[in-house]
Order: sequence, then structure tokens, then C-alpha cells
Amino acid sequence: MIEPVLSGMAQTECDRKAPLLRAGNTNCGGCGMSIALNFMSRAIGTRRVQMVIPACCGIVTAGPFPYSAYGAPVVASTFASAAAVATGMARVAAMNGEDLRVLCFAGDGGTYDIGMATLSAAAERGEDLLYVCYDNEIYGNTGGQRSSATPLGARTSTTPKGKTQGKKDILAIMAAHGIPYAATISLAHPEDAVAKFARALDARGFRFLHVLAPCPTGWKSEPAHGIELVRLAVRSGLFPVCHVEDGRRFTIDVEPDFDRAALADYFARQGRFRGTKLDLDAVAMAIEEHWRDLRRRGG
Amino acid sequence: MSLELLSANHAAATAATLAGRANAKARGFGGGVYPITPQTECIELLCQQDFADEHGCEKGEIVRVESEHSAMAVCIGMSLTGARTFTASSSNGLAYMTENVFAAALYRLPIVMMAVNRTLGPPWNIWVDHGDTLALRDAGWIQFYCEDNQEVFDTILLAYRLGEDPRVLLPVIVCQDAFVLSHTMVQTDVPDLDTVRRFLPDFELPHRVSEQPVTVGGLDFPRETEVHRRQHHEAMGRVPAVYRECQDAFEQVFGRRPADAVQTYRMDDADVALVAMATTFSTVRTAIDAARARGIRAGGVRVRMFRPFPESELREALGRCARVAILDRDISLGLGGVLWAESRACAREGAIVQNYVVGLGGGDIRPRDVDAMLRDLLARTAAGAPEIVEVGS
Ligand SMILES: Cc1ncc(C[n+]2csc(CCOP(=O)(O)OP(=O)(O)O)c2C)c(N)n1
Ligand code: SF4
Repeated sequence: MIEPVLSGMAQTECDRKAPLLRAGNTNCGGCGMSIALNFMSRAIGTRRVQMVIPACCGIVTAGPFPYSAYGAPVVASTFASAAAVATGMARVAAMNGEDLRVLCFAGDGGTYDIGMATLSAAAERGEDLLYVCYDNEIYGNTGGQRSSATPLGARTSTTPKGKTQGKKDILAIMAAHGIPYAATISLAHPEDAVAKFARALDARGFRFLHVLAPCPTGWKSEPAHGIELVRLAVRSGLFPVCHVEDGRRFTIDVEPDFDRAALADYFARQGRFRGTKLDLDAVAMAIEEHWRDLRRRGG
Repeated sequence: MSLELLSANHAAATAATLAGRANAKARGFGGGVYPITPQTECIELLCQQDFADEHGCEKGEIVRVESEHSAMAVCIGMSLTGARTFTASSSNGLAYMTENVFAAALYRLPIVMMAVNRTLGPPWNIWVDHGDTLALRDAGWIQFYCEDNQEVFDTILLAYRLGEDPRVLLPVIVCQDAFVLSHTMVQTDVPDLDTVRRFLPDFELPHRVSEQPVTVGGLDFPRETEVHRRQHHEAMGRVPAVYRECQDAFEQVFGRRPADAVQTYRMDDADVALVAMATTFSTVRTAIDAARARGIRAGGVRVRMFRPFPESELREALGRCARVAILDRDISLGLGGVLWAESRACAREGAIVQNYVVGLGGGDIRPRDVDAMLRDLLARTAAGAPEIVEVGS
């Protein structure tokens, strides 16, 4: 397995002077979503973008009126509406011959749960949008309740004994829409990540990116461990790093080791799994099954 | 200008199409649409329109979304980036859309929505009452209730001119009664595009989202919300004066004058007044004529603009009337009629103001029903609790 060092993400002039996520943002220290925005920022470069962000940590971080911690125009939409508001913006941009990209940036709540119908409909219509879901596996903004992206066994404020269901397979759901490009992004693999953001920005039609975004506050983990946690999730096979073209061709971008020690370490480093009697064998089996499916689809 | 036989659904779609085409040189037109009885014919007609400009460039986008919530969200995205926008809904569709109805107003976007008033369910009932849009009275939208098809057509055009005025910048909802108007075909005066262009200047949203790195609709602290609400309320306060300017401009361009915010019928010497909205008022006129023939000095007052609430106009219209009947085709459960609750303070001191909740669920309000209310009102020595009048089908 190739595990890149992160020196490639050393800050450049551009990162410091015109970042997408600017100083004054209110994200927690060690927030994975902040890292995702920095990767995205580098991929955006000088491209013209407009963003739609529904209710989530990602909009709170912009700060109060009239300030904005974002280096691009942002529309703060209602919780379920990001993909529909962005539809309107993208259609008007196209109608007026404007060369810009409209992108949604939403949490797992706004994607897997309340925004699912809106997202699915926009994908089905083939809107010219990039939809990025930063998945912290929890409702962070409201203080840490379960979502349908919360994994089996994780304790949240509404699943105090640990969640008894697994998470939805969002990549398969989006791929089933036959969209031109869908991919998962690992924050521990910056070159792959930035290349995917760039490809998704350049492509046309509906594009979907899924980022596993460690949330030290909700995961009850060390803020400094975020990238290491993603690395463990990838190495163990828990979080497949892959992309799908036209909903059919699955390609694996990072081959995992399926390392049991990495899996155990992943869970052990997070307070949310503590004392919930998570059965590691069952998780390992589910991972194996999931990968069999993935490979059958060409991955 | 041509005369066309149109249902009010088609009148609304035709007016919106003309308003949309009139904005082709600016940032175009569009909206999200989702069907619900009895609004369906409106959006079906809209989906058949061609919005290409004279160079063949597409300048209109009607997005067939998966829900009313998204229909309004698409309008929000389009309006925020500078397009003129339209959608239509009714009843449970409006209820489902509600979150974004509020959002549209709070972003201060002059979106125009046609609403066919229909009873909320369950149990399902597709006929008219006004409870669906009255439930949105605090959403920050301008509200009009129309009495006939031509008024629906004209009010859609007026709504754009009024809502898009930089002194206003508010969304407008134009209401029509289910089936009574929505499915009734009437000869309607339809102006040509050039004439509509003379009435509707290009739409320019001052806070259009473009390149400036601002966050629109992010967070407010209490101080900011206080200011934003005050500004919104003050914009509402400017509506009556701007509306009068729109009436003048409309008359100049189209040669007919749209009705005032509050319309009166035989009120000059009236000492008994009947207050109603929308098509109920047509029946009220008939009942008033009959009462007059019996020597009763009755008159009618129609509230056409419900938001902003035309308090001073209504006060003036009711004048010295000692008895006032307020007819509500809606009920705020646990209170009474909404129109009554808001209007009763506009009658002169000491007047007997009686509320009649009538025609819920589309019950046919006949002249004899109005007459019975009038007789009841005249026999009273004091107002009582709101009367729920059952008229049956
Ligand atoms: C219609 C509606 N329901 C509920 C809320 C409250 N709410 C705001 S953000 C949020 C959870 C967001 O979770 P997610 O999308 O995962 O993003 P995160 O906060 O974790 O970044 C909820 C429930 C809301 N804003 N709107
Ligand atoms: S709660 Fe989690 S996702 Fe939200 S800002 Fe904090 S670390 Fe980031």
C-alpha cells in the first residue's frame, strides 16, 4: 500500500494569500472538514466558483453577518436544499454564458439524510454541479447526533449505547444515478485528493465527491490524529478510495492492506466506540464483503 | 393585445411567460415547478413555452424538480444570481414548501408565485379555501387575493414590477380560488411582448451573487436580526405607495387600472358593510344589490392585498359603518377567521363586527347564504363569537 508523506501539502503563497477557508473561521482545531477545504482550495486555484452550503458546521464556520470566512461567494441554503439552490445558480450561469463552477459543500446530514431527495433529483436531472459531501459521520453542528452515515457501534448523543445500524453506501447510491463522475477522497492521500477535486471541478454534468472528514469533537479523538485516522481507515479497507465513471466503471485508487491491527487501532483511538462492544470480526467480515462487491464492479 | 379564452391557471402561466421573455436581454427567467391539483395546468403550460431570445439563445429554464421545497429552492438560486423567477403551488404543496417560502423572503428575493387556494388535508379536499396561503401570512411575502381571471393575469405582471422595485425587493404571492377561477375559462386581455416590456424594466438584483466573496444568508446575531427584520418590515411599509405607482404605470401602458389594495362596492352611503376576499366578493356584490332593493344600505369591502395589511385603507373604507360582517373562507383553529382577526380593529369604535366562517373546503357560498348572514348581523345587539356557517356542497 502506498501511503504518501504529507510534505506535498506544505503551504504555498497561494494557500496563504487567497485560501478558500480564511482566517477567522470557527471550525474546531483538527477539523477534517478544514483540511478538505484546503485541498479543495488548491484544486480550485484561479477557477471561478460559487458555493452553496446548507445548514452544517461548514456554514457556521463562515462567521456572522457581514463577515465571511470563505474566499468565494457562498449561498447559505436551507438544510435540505443545497442541490436545488445550486441547480438554479448553475442554470442561470449557463444561460448567461458564464464560465464558472457551482459547487455544493454539505455534511453527511445534508447529504445522506434530509437532502437526499434533493440530491438524488439533481443527479437524475444531470445538473451541471459538483457536490462535495464532507462526512464526519455525525450531526456536528447540533452537537453530535446520529445520521445515516454514523457507523455501526458509534456512540452519539442520540445513540448513547452505540448505533445498531451500519452506514449507507453513499458512493453506490450516487453511482446508481449513472452520473459521469463520483469518487471518494482520503485526506491522508493529498495528491489523489487534489487531483480528484481538480478533475471533478473540470468535468461537466453532475459530479459527486465523498470525503471522510474526522471530527475530533464528535469522534472523541485527538485533534492531531485526524489524518492518521483516515490513513488507518484506508489501510484497513474500512474506507475504500476509489472512483466511478458513468456509474459503471469502478476503479480502486488506493489498494488497502486489510490490516486487522490498523482496524483495531482506528476504533481504539476514538472515544465514540469505547464501551460499545463493537465486534471487530463482524466489521472485518463486512469489509471483506464490501470489497468483494467493489471488485465485482470492476474496482 | 389580443383576447384569449383562458383559465386562470393558463392566465397566470401566460403572464409569467411574458414577464420572463421581457427579461431576456437581462439575466433571463426560470423557476422550479412541481404539480398539484388544481395548479397543474399552470405549470404544464409553462413547460411548453419557448424562452429563446431573438438570437436563439435560451433565456429561460423551467426545472422539473422532485418537490415544492426544491421548486422554491431553485427559484432562490436563480433569483440570487439575477434571473426573474416564477413558480406556482397550492395547499399541501405550499405547506411542504414553507421553509423555503420563508427563506425566499428573508433573502429579499422578488420571486413571484401563483397560488391556487385549496383546502389543506388530510382528509384530502381539492376545493377552495384560503387557509393554505393565510398560513403563510407571516412569511414576509406580499399577498394578493384575486376575484377574476383578468385580475390574476394583471396581478402577476404587477407583482414583478412591485416586488422588483429597489424600494421593495420582496416576493409576491398571487392567489386565485381553486376551480372557481383556476379551471374556469374567461376571455382575457393578453398584451403583446413589446407592451409588457414597456411595463417591466429589466430585473436587477442589487445583492446578486457574482464574484464578491460574501456569504448570503449565513449567521446573524440578535443585533443583525433586529436590523434585518426592521428593514424587511419597512420595505413592507413602502409597498402601498409603490403599488399605487405601479397601478398608474399599468394604466398608462395597458389602458386599464388594476384594483386598489382595498376595493369597495356601494359603500358611499352604507351603514352595513360586508368584508370578504377573492371570489366570495362576487357573491357579496349580488347579495348587496338584493339587500339594497329591500332598502338596506349595505355595501361591500374587498381586501385584495392582504400583506402588507392595508389597515388605513380598510379603516377608511369601513368609515362610519355601525355593523360589519367579516366573511372568512378560512379558520385559524382556536381563534376564528384570519381576516376577521386582523380587520376587526379597523371598524369604528362601538361597531358590531361579526365574523362568519363560511365556505370551508370549497362549500358553495350562495347569495342566499350571504343574505342570511346579513339578516343575522342586522338582528344583533352585539357581536358574538365567530359563527361557523355550514353551506354544504
Ligand atoms: C430543516 C432543518 N432541520 C434541522 C436543522 C438543524 N440542523 C442544523 S445543522 C444540522 C446537522 C448537520 O449535520 P451534517 O449535515 O452532518 O453537518 P455537520 O454539522 O456535521 O457539519 C441540523 C440537524 C436545520 N437547520 N434545518
Ligand atoms: S464539530 Fe466536528 S465537523 Fe464540526 S467544526 Fe468541529 S470538528 Fe469540524
